[in-house]
Amino acid sequence: MSVEFDQKIHDTLANASLQLAIYTATGRLKEKRIEVTAENVLPDYQELRTQANALKKHTIDNLDHYLEEFERNVEAYGGKVVYCKDATEVSDFVLDLAKRRGSKLIVKSKSMTTEEVDLNERLEHHGLESVETDLGEYILQLAHEKPYHIVAPALHKTRYDVADLFTKALHVARETVPEKLTLIARGVLREKFLKADIGISGANFLIADSGAVVLVENEGNARLTTSAPKIHVAVAGIEKVIPRARDLAVFLKLLARSATGQLLSVYTSFLAGPRRVGEVDGPEEFYVVLLDNGRTRLLPDRSKRESLYCIRCGACLNTCPVYRKIGGHSFPWVYSGPIGAIITPQFMGISHEPALPFASSLCGACGEVCPVKIDIPKVLLELRGDVKKMEAREGQNRMEKLAFRVFAWVMTHPRIYEMAGRLAASVAPAGDGKWIGSLPAPMSVGPMKAWLSERDLPPSPSKSFREMWRNR
Amino acid sequence: MGNQVSLFVTCMVDQLFPKVGMAMADVLERLGYRVDFPEGQTCCGQPAFNSGYRAEARTVARHFLKTFEASERIVVPSGSCTAMVTHHFAELFQKEPETLALVHAMEKKVYEFATFLTEVAGVEDVGARMEDVVTFHDGCHGLRELGIKSAPRRLLAHVKGLELREMVPAEECCGFGGTFAVKFAELSGAMARTKIEAILGTGANTVVSLDPSCLMQIQGALSRAGLNVRTMHLAEVLASR
Amino acid sequence: MSRDNILHKVRTALGRSAAQAVADVPPVRLRVPEAAMEDRIALMMARVEALAGKAVRVPTMEAAREFVAGIIAGKTAVASNAPYLEECGVTGLPGVRSGIREVGELTEVCAKVDIGITSADYALSDTGTLVMLASPAESRLVSLLPPAHLAVVPVERILTGLDELFTILPNPAAQTSSMVLITGPSRTADIEQILVRGVHGPGQVTVVIVG
Ligand code: SF4
Repeated sequence: MSVEFDQKIHDTLANASLQLAIYTATGRLKEKRIEVTAENVLPDYQELRTQANALKKHTIDNLDHYLEEFERNVEAYGGKVVYCKDATEVSDFVLDLAKRRGSKLIVKSKSMTTEEVDLNERLEHHGLESVETDLGEYILQLAHEKPYHIVAPALHKTRYDVADLFTKALHVARETVPEKLTLIARGVLREKFLKADIGISGANFLIADSGAVVLVENEGNARLTTSAPKIHVAVAGIEKVIPRARDLAVFLKLLARSATGQLLSVYTSFLAGPRRVGEVDGPEEFYVVLLDNGRTRLLPDRSKRESLYCIRCGACLNTCPVYRKIGGHSFPWVYSGPIGAIITPQFMGISHEPALPFASSLCGACGEVCPVKIDIPKVLLELRGDVKKMEAREGQNRMEKLAFRVFAWVMTHPRIYEMAGRLAASVAPAGDGKWIGSLPAPMSVGPMKAWLSERDLPPSPSKSFREMWRNR
Repeated sequence: MGNQVSLFVTCMVDQLFPKVGMAMADVLERLGYRVDFPEGQTCCGQPAFNSGYRAEARTVARHFLKTFEASERIVVPSGSCTAMVTHHFAELFQKEPETLALVHAMEKKVYEFATFLTEVAGVEDVGARMEDVVTFHDGCHGLRELGIKSAPRRLLAHVKGLELREMVPAEECCGFGGTFAVKFAELSGAMARTKIEAILGTGANTVVSLDPSCLMQIQGALSRAGLNVRTMHLAEVLASR
Repeated sequence: MSRDNILHKVRTALGRSAAQAVADVPPVRLRVPEAAMEDRIALMMARVEALAGKAVRVPTMEAAREFVAGIIAGKTAVASNAPYLEECGVTGLPGVRSGIREVGELTEVCAKVDIGITSADYALSDTGTLVMLASPAESRLVSLLPPAHLAVVPVERILTGLDELFTILPNPAAQTSSMVLITGPSRTADIEQILVRGVHGPGQVTVVIVG
């Protein structure tokens, strides 16, 4: 495990107020999801999940077909599709566009995909002003931080943190009431919307048969981003495409329910191309950036390919007992929680943080809530296998490898197994039937020491089961 | 079908909690089953599998298949180890059709203890008595991989003198997770403490579960916190009278 | 260019060849339940109220105009070019700007007024949703920039839900560059999970159901 990963976990666990914030926020989202997906409220919930999974599987298995169909339709409605292989290509495209149109100010709505490629930083580096307009993202931009959660990006910030950030960056009188803070942001950002030439959004879905970008949000900033400026650029991963507009009837019912426990999010925008003749408003130019950035890397593997079905609802984070303890910033990349644990190693390469797939008790809660039925625990297990193969290739972690070899050998030799058991029992303290809080120093090493750092050990029984059975 | 059953007690029960195995045998015998214990048994291979050592897990799984080949039915005091056999062995032998056939045959013979009682033996009242207030901890693999939710509760409901109180939240992991418990000890400990808060919230004196590994984690943390709540395997509860 | 490169990578990874046909898309069953108009109306109103919006039902177009007149009294408003608003006489009310067809002017007006008045192409009773298709009649900004949004919708446009919407409108892109589903007032919970309305879009949504 990298020192950094370990340290971040430790720091988060040690921060009592942060612990409370994460646990309450995720708990609330989790409860709301349970309410609106209950059998009596949504009887066909499981059927919808099955359909969503089948639709995603079909699309990803035929991804090239649907990308081309999408592209044809975007162009038929007067938009343009731009394929980008990585972060540089995305920012180069936007920079070039901004230069050609003489734009200086860009408004952005929430998009995990642009977080992935550090778009703001790259644009700002070249002298453009790129403003996040989702309230949570705006707060984080002022704090120079990455999202803490896919759906609730600033869940770790208190109203006082926000007050500090606003006072410092905006030179306004200090307010600590969330309503007032929200109003301040509204005012500042409204002006940006009306001045900006380019609006950059993400995409929740790309609709192949319509050439449409679908955006789901509660605040209205995505609507503003895609309505007010003259140019709309949507940045989306190539996996976001689904075949038909009507498939939305399945996905929209699942997305908001899984994400925030709403029946539908406040705004669902279905955007197909620039403003048409006769329409009063809307952008004059419409671009969709289709980003690879590692996605094609995980297509060859039939069983891990399902990681690309994700609709970024965040339900797996809210239900994950690990996320609920270590929060979002402990994770080594922008995606956190169970979905982060399976896509980070696949997008970034397994050696980015080899310990990540192991940071799970494999409780399976994530797979149970995932609206598109990604078998996250299965993928985690496969990634663990991949990590061990990589370590074997590179000659790392030899002791552990040896230990498991010995384990396998012992477990296939019952006599040896029994002797080893007796030997262990003879040195282990019996503790008079009481649980053991500490061991003598020479024994308190490795896994024993780690176990004892948090818990007591069971006393060693005088006889093993097989001995008792024989003596019966 | 005959009334012969084989025990697979798991390595953990064999080495650390033999009383659980004895209690399970006890309950089964009382219900009229003839119980045997295939001596060659060791482990299901889960520790290696969950740690990413698939070749090693395969070796141990092969040993399991051989040891229990002749058994008609196998009863296991652990949801997690049952699920390893019924849900993960197949993944290990994808490329070996012959072994895979053996795995599929094995999947039909292996039962988690509570499920065996309610589904195969068809009993809910095993004639147990225990004066106590208990809460039930759902082991994650039993709950989510095997779908075990009501069987243990129905069995507990028939124990005379026993009152069952549900935890809120009931379905959250105790933080054990095999090597996770030591690789991420601090995190695992924090998860255990959250579980303990839920347990204390019920006012129960005893935590019951189907999985010795969860019980080891929970008891280890209870004991470390100096709390006077005990843990028992369901088999031990059902063997009480 | 990355286009061909990426598509090539995708195909190789999936073991497909260029222009290879695909199997049929898995079926999606759209269920349109039988729901009496009165039930749709009642559910629509209940859902809007549950979202902290306001829902009222008026019997006639004149009554609609009266109601709107009461709401906008003493305030400024902009109305979309929806023929239905004109038929109701809403566009002729004092204080209502309407008939704007130029985007610059529209933006300026919408950014200043208190209320944006629209009709809606459909409403979805299951979720309390307004469905707005951009067209010469309905713009995007009228329901977005002003702090309050008021929609005047004749009863016959109330559908049950998404399934019915996509049954009668399987291809929205053929009709419009922008279809927006509006379900309640703009909201955020980004600061300590405390719900605040009207963060970017209208904080008040009023649905006037006519008929
Ligand atoms: S993996 Fe599933 S549950 Fe997690 S964010 Fe993606 S869609 Fe939601």
